[in-house]
Amino acid sequence: MSDAAKPSPPAAAAGRSSMKKELPEHFKAYRHVWVFIEYERGNIHPVSLELLGEGRKLADKLDVELAGVVIGAEAEALHEAALSCFEYGADLVYRVADPILAHYRNEPFTKAMTDLVNTYKPEVLLLGATTLGRDLAGSVATTLLTGLTADCTALAIDDERSLAATRPTFGGSLMCTIHTLNFRPQMATVRPRVMPMPERQAGRIGRIADHSLSMAEEDIVTKVLRFVPDRDSDKAQLAYADIVVAGGLGLRTPENLRLVKELAEVLGGDYGGSRPLVQKGWIEADRQIGQTGKTIRPKLYIAAGISGAVQHRVGVEGADLILAINTDANAPIFDFAHLGIVADAVSLLPALTEAFRQRLSINRAAS
Amino acid sequence: MHIVVCIKQVPDSAQIRVHPVTNTIMRQGVPSIINPYDLFALEEALRWRDQAGGTVTILTMGPPMAEDTMRKALTLGADRAVLLTDRCFAGSDTLATSFALATAIGKIGETWGPPDIVFTGKQTIDGDTAQVGPGIAKRLRFNQLTYVAKIDSLDPESRAITVERRAEGGLQVLQSRLPVLITMLEGTNELRRGSLDSALRAARAEVVRWGAAEAGVEDTAKCGLRGSPTVVKHVFAPKPRAEKAQIIETAAGPVRTQADAVIAAIFARQPGIESDLLRLARHS
Ligand SMILES: Cc1cc2nc3c(=O)[nH]c(=O)nc-3n(C[C@H](O)[C@H](O)[C@H](O)COP(=O)(O)OP(=O)(O)OC[C@H]3O[C@@H](n4cnc5c(N)ncnc54)[C@H](O)[C@@H]3O)c2cc1C
Ligand SMILES: Nc1ncnc2c1ncn2[C@@H]1O[C@H](COP(=O)(O)O)[C@@H](O)[C@H]1O
Repeated sequence: MSDAAKPSPPAAAAGRSSMKKELPEHFKAYRHVWVFIEYERGNIHPVSLELLGEGRKLADKLDVELAGVVIGAEAEALHEAALSCFEYGADLVYRVADPILAHYRNEPFTKAMTDLVNTYKPEVLLLGATTLGRDLAGSVATTLLTGLTADCTALAIDDERSLAATRPTFGGSLMCTIHTLNFRPQMATVRPRVMPMPERQAGRIGRIADHSLSMAEEDIVTKVLRFVPDRDSDKAQLAYADIVVAGGLGLRTPENLRLVKELAEVLGGDYGGSRPLVQKGWIEADRQIGQTGKTIRPKLYIAAGISGAVQHRVGVEGADLILAINTDANAPIFDFAHLGIVADAVSLLPALTEAFRQRLSINRAAS
Repeated sequence: MHIVVCIKQVPDSAQIRVHPVTNTIMRQGVPSIINPYDLFALEEALRWRDQAGGTVTILTMGPPMAEDTMRKALTLGADRAVLLTDRCFAGSDTLATSFALATAIGKIGETWGPPDIVFTGKQTIDGDTAQVGPGIAKRLRFNQLTYVAKIDSLDPESRAITVERRAEGGLQVLQSRLPVLITMLEGTNELRRGSLDSALRAARAEVVRWGAAEAGVEDTAKCGLRGSPTVVKHVFAPKPRAEKAQIIETAAGPVRTQADAVIAAIFARQPGIESDLLRLARHS
C-alpha cells in the first residue's frame, strides 16, 4: 500500500472507495479467519503462533472459526504442526502436503495458498512479515486481486465486520488504519514480536482438512540448490531475547560497543544497536533494532546512548520495561522509557555490569 | 541484456515533521530523494550490464517532479529513463502501483526489447511494504526472487541465473531462469559515483514521459484510488505514553552508586525480573 498509506487527503480516500457499504454478493460467502503457519525444518516460526493468538480474538469477535494453514512436504510432520496450532487457538487446520513443498518457493506456495482461498473462502488471512511471509503475501494478494496491508501493529474488527489494520507510515511519524472494504480476503502481515505470544492450551484439539497441490515439479522453474543456515545461529534470537541491551551513537566509539555486549552477557541477554551503528559498520545489520530492523519485546530493554527517534521507538515499544541511559535530559527516549537515568553510558555501563554480576552471583549462591 | 530498474522518489523521511495539531505531514521543504533501497538495485543492474552487455532502463511512477530523481539515476549510468505520470495514478495502493508499473514494463518491452531482469528495491521508506516487487512479478509472470543478497551467476545465453536469497535462519541458493524479478537487499554492493561521461550523457538524455495511455493502460479503473482495494480510513499520531520516564536521581557520586540505584529501580518496578535474570544468567 505504498501510496494509499499516504495520508495526504484521508477524507477523500475514505470518501470514494468506502462509499460502497454492501459487500459484493460473491464475497458474502467468505467466512473465517486464517493464519498462514510458517513451518520450516521442523519448526513453526513463533510469529505464526503470535498470529494465532491475535487471529483467535478476531475470530471470536466475528463469531467464526480460526484456521491455520500448514504447507510442507510431509503429512506426518505437518500433523505435528497442526497439533501445535490447535494448542495455540486454531479450530481447524488446512494441510497441504506434497514433496514439491519441501523448501519454501514462491510458485508452489502461492499456488497452494490461492487454491485454498478460492476453495474455502476466508474473510481474513494473516501472515508473518518475515522474508517468507512477505514474499508469499505479495504474490497471493496480487493473484487474488485483493488488498494487503503490510507490517500491521494492531488489528481489530469494526462495526461493519471489516478488518481495521493499523500500521506505522512515514517512518513511524504517523499511524494509519487501513481497510479492504470491497474485496476478500482481507490480508495483513504482522512482524514477529509485535503481537504477544498466546498461552499454550495443552491438549486442545481441532480438525484437519487435507487439500492437494495440483502442480508438478516440471511446472516449477525455480529450484532450491542449497540452504546455508546462519552460522551465528543466535543472531536470529535477538527478536526473541528476554533481555536486550542496545547502544547508539552516544557510545561514541566502536570499541565501546564491548560495554554493551558485556552487560548483555552478564544478564544472559542479547545485544543490538540503533541504525547509525549499522551504517557505520560498528554492528551487523541483523542486530539493528527499530522500524527497518528488528522489533523486540523483551522483559527488559536497556538503551544506552540512543536518542529514541520514532523509527527506533516503534521497534521497542513492546518491551515490558525500558531503561534509558542518556546524557541529555531532553532526549526523546525519556518520553517512552519507563526508567531513565541522565548519565554517561560509557562510564555507567561497566559499573552496571559489575553491580549486576555481583548481585546475581550473591543471589545465585543464596538460592 | 535488457534490465529494468524500478525506482521511487520518496520524501526524505529523516526530515519529515508531523504538524502537532492537524496530524498532517509537513511536506514543505522536505527534500525528495531516490528511495535508498533502490540504489542497491540500480547498482546491481549497472554491474551486470557492464559485465554482460546490454542496457538499463529505469522506471518510476510519480509526479512530474520525479524527473529530478531520474536524472540523478541517469548520472549514475542508467541508459534510459521512463517517468510514468498521470493524474489517474494518484492514490494508488500496492496492487494499483504494481498494475501500472507492470503495464509500463510491458510497453518498455515492446518499445526497446523485452526485459530479461526487472529489479526493485527491497522496500520503500515511505510505503515500506515490500509488496510492489512481488506484485509486478506476478503480473508479468516473471519468476520472483526476493531479498536477494547476491547474484552468483547469470548467463544471458542459457538464461540461467543463480542467486543467494535471504531466508529465515539462513541463505537459500536458488536457481531460476530469465526473465526474473529480483528485489535486492540493502548493503549488498557499493554504489558507484557517476562518471563525468555519464553525467554529460545524463544532462543531454531525455526522460521519457508516459501518461496512462502511452504506457498501454487500457483500463484506468485499475489505477489510482479506484484501482486500490485498500482504503486509508484513519490517520493519527502515535499515542504518546501517558507518563514520562521515572528519572533515577542520584547525587553526583561514584558510578557504582548510580549503578546500584539503577538496579534497585529496575527490581522495584518489575519484581519478577530478578528471578528471570538468575535463570537467564545461569543458562548463559
Ligand atoms: C526510513 C528510516 C528508517 C529508520 N529506521 C531505523 C531503525 O530501524 N532503527 C533505528 O535505530 N533508527 C532508524 N532510523 C534512524 C533514526 O531516525 C535515528 O537517526 C537513529 O535512531 C538515531 O540513532 P542514535 O540514537 O544512536 O543516534 P543519535 O540520534 O545521534 O543519538 C545519540 C544519543 O546519545 C546521547 N549521548 C551522547 N553521548 C552520550 C553518552 N556519553 N552517554 C549517554 N548518552 C549519550 C545523545 O544525547 C543522543 O540522545 C531510521 C531512519 C529513517 C529515515
Ligand atoms: N511508484 C513507484 N515507482 C517505481 N518503483 C516503485 C514505486 N513504488 C514502489 N516501487 C518499487 O517497488 C519496491 C518496493 O516498494 P514498496 O512495496 O512500496 O515497499 C521499491 O523499492 C521500488 O523499487
